[in-house]
Amino acid sequence: MKLLYFAWVREKVGRGAEEIELPADVATVADVIGWLKTRGPEFDAAFARPELVRAAIDKVHVKASAAVAGAREIAFFPPVTGG
Amino acid sequence: MAVRVQTEDFNVAAEVEALTAGRTDIGAIVTFTGRVRSNEGQLAAMTLEHYPGMTEAELSRIEAEARERWPLQASLIVHRVGELVPGDDIVLVVTASAHRQAAFEAAGFLMDYLKTRAPFWKKEVSAAGDSVWVEAREGDESAAKRWS
Repeated sequence: MKLLYFAWVREKVGRGAEEIELPADVATVADVIGWLKTRGPEFDAAFARPELVRAAIDKVHVKASAAVAGAREIAFFPPVTGG
Repeated sequence: MAVRVQTEDFNVAAEVEALTAGRTDIGAIVTFTGRVRSNEGQLAAMTLEHYPGMTEAELSRIEAEARERWPLQASLIVHRVGELVPGDDIVLVVTASAHRQAAFEAAGFLMDYLKTRAPFWKKEVSAAGDSVWVEAREGDESAAKRWS
């Protein structure tokens, strides 16, 4: 599965994309965030306040409760500021 | 009906001409252009980042929603990314309809939804050289809610 990071989330984790294999007990977007936070201080910093981070599965906005089974790509980013 | 994400500038007159050429059923065209403000000299530049693929998909979803709500003959969203300075164009929305009300309302809707849904992020560089990610504004969220 591909993980993508944008804007300050990307800067804090120090990469824009990576291929990972999620543990079997990771079922939702919130679970992914919880698991990412165990991977190192840069993830802990990026997701210190998970309420500030938005997510998309396969390029569609989702809530933290969304199931990740079957996802090809999960992206994490701050609230959008275009226009 | 079209959406584009690009680094280069756009020409409003040329875009309107291309969008509506040969059409005789259009009675109203609304264009909105968003630009980079200097904020009284405090802003030196900004960088616009986006999520390639999702941006286009999300803009298309927003545009399709507008066309379900209003009888639009044509619509266009162009959004720039990359390095921009005060005075530069950022975004263009064009809506065309038989009558003005649909064109006005649809243009407002497209901008309100774009600002709260399309995956773009602005990083500003101040005149003093500091760079900071722009935070989302609550006002944008409430502007989008008026359409729901």
